[in-house]
Amino acid sequence: MADTRETLLSLTDYSVAFDTPDGVVQAVSNLDLDIAPGETVAVVGESGSGKSQTFNGVFGLLARNARTGGAVNFLGRDLLSLSSKELDKVRGRDMAMVFQDPMTALNPAMKIKRQLAETLEIHRGKSRREAEREALQMLKQVGIPDAERRINQYPHELSGGMRQRVVIAMALLCQPKLIVADEPTTALDVTIQAQILDLFRDLTQSFRTALVLITHDLGVVAGIADRVAVMYAGRIVEEGKVDDLFSRPAMPYTAALMRSIPRVDREAEAVEPIPGRPPNLIHPPSGCPFHPRCRFAEEKCVRERPPLGEVSAGRRAACWFPFIDAEAGTGGENALAETANV
Amino acid sequence: MTLYVDKREALEKRFLVPDTEMPAGKPRSLMRDAMRRLRANKAAVGAIIVLSLIIILAVLGPYFIPYDYETPDWGAFRAPPDFASGHYFGTDQNGRDLLARVLYGTRVSLTVAIIATSVSVTVGVLYGSVAGFVGGRTDQAMMRFVDVMYALPYLLFVILLMVMFGRNVFLLFAAIGLLEWLTMARIVRGQTLSLKEREFVEAARASGVSTLPIILRHIVPNLVGPVVIYATLTIPEIVITESFLSYLGFGVQEPLTSLGTLISEGASVIQVMPWLLFFPGAVLVSLLLSFAFIGDGLRDAFDPKDR
Repeated sequence: MADTRETLLSLTDYSVAFDTPDGVVQAVSNLDLDIAPGETVAVVGESGSGKSQTFNGVFGLLARNARTGGAVNFLGRDLLSLSSKELDKVRGRDMAMVFQDPMTALNPAMKIKRQLAETLEIHRGKSRREAEREALQMLKQVGIPDAERRINQYPHELSGGMRQRVVIAMALLCQPKLIVADEPTTALDVTIQAQILDLFRDLTQSFRTALVLITHDLGVVAGIADRVAVMYAGRIVEEGKVDDLFSRPAMPYTAALMRSIPRVDREAEAVEPIPGRPPNLIHPPSGCPFHPRCRFAEEKCVRERPPLGEVSAGRRAACWFPFIDAEAGTGGENALAETANV
Repeated sequence: MTLYVDKREALEKRFLVPDTEMPAGKPRSLMRDAMRRLRANKAAVGAIIVLSLIIILAVLGPYFIPYDYETPDWGAFRAPPDFASGHYFGTDQNGRDLLARVLYGTRVSLTVAIIATSVSVTVGVLYGSVAGFVGGRTDQAMMRFVDVMYALPYLLFVILLMVMFGRNVFLLFAAIGLLEWLTMARIVRGQTLSLKEREFVEAARASGVSTLPIILRHIVPNLVGPVVIYATLTIPEIVITESFLSYLGFGVQEPLTSLGTLISEGASVIQVMPWLLFFPGAVLVSLLLSFAFIGDGLRDAFDPKDR
């Protein structure tokens, strides 16, 4: 990555491990990721690839048996070294999280307005009345019809899409610099998904908020993200601008991921599942973690782990044999076509 | 991969009309929902009516009857129930009007039960939710303390408390409340353990709410169901405890009385003056039954799936 870029959040050599009775699960290993102010970064990967745990760790929400390593620099502070009290002053104010399931992310015993006002009262020291007025304004901004009445209701009286809007409003209230949305559309149906994504795009633009979108839905990524980081077995295996990465994946895993989603403009048979299973993170495979499932794997892949290196401008990939030639910076398109024929 | 845009626009035009027909009215909280279901439960409604009647009579009744609970009627000793003389429930060996005594006794029993229950609810909820939410070693230590308290003999404690508080019945029962919270703490801790895994707690933590406000604002309000149910079941327990202690002579002292005292006095003369046992007994039984029905109704109302 270019060093001149301003960064908001930077993860350096960041790891998350869990002590379990079966051994140590290395959920995230030696991860490096920078997020610039105002940009939208999608983190993509299969279940268990460590994408959620990465950011749970950033927010200090890991389970008791978790250990973190490396550094998480946010606005010039190392979040991992903060006490939970100091962390409470950052969480919600400078960075906020939107959870996957709006059905459970709201407290059923609290009125919408109390839940919204809570963060404002804590972080901005607003009075109850003032906080509730701002909450109402934010509800209107996230497009909730009849907000004056809705704000006095309880979560179970709202539909799923509306609840997700409330959750987003809650995250935006303190105007944080970073929002992490952990699969914000997975629990919603397709038409609502699109509305919510539009909302995210509009609001992050107008508030100049950086957005980290954790998802396994590549369709979501294409529509909204600036940059994509693909995670596999707790590591970033490829990272780059969304259009580059989609049109010319450098790493076989990304290419395989792309071919495993059904698309309207292709035959149904063209969908190819990735063979095999995600690796066991207690005993990760030697060398490149993807080699047991990669059909381009050679002996070197089994022996040595490829570093996450620059393959072309603004593109990083962890692969010994990337489809993009590091010098020429081309050939990706051919490679994608080629892989489809193999 | 952005194909949805067209589909959505098409759908939006057709279906995205603001839902104005939604039933207006007050927002429905967990509590309000439960109360609505409770109203549909005939046994519970009946029990609430009986209970309110007893409470109203106990509070207001003494002002409307010509006798009080301690002054003997020199013209009527050991009189059976009689409408003509105004001793509707009869009188006892000392010529005191039984109706007045039953009303006062009910007052005392209920007050004592409510004091002890509120003490036990407050302590139990706070203790249990803190233990459950904080978890780890704190939880271990707090719950082992509860186990130790359970193991100590109850009556021994009561006798100790008697020595400490002597004649003050109300203080005594506040202290009994301090023994009754153990089960409440266990129930609350169990509920908290499952509540704290819910996403809204994590969401609260992610937005920087610290531990104590999370417990007070996010955990405790969600405990309403089990707490209310258990509290309604604690009240009759305390009434019985009070009766038992009074029977042993630890409870309320003469001339003040309670349902338990009246029953124990009545029991000794059942062959000659059965009304002395019958009336206080009937009131106690209706009280206990009402509470049991209400508790049952509340359990169904708060957890309709379990029926």
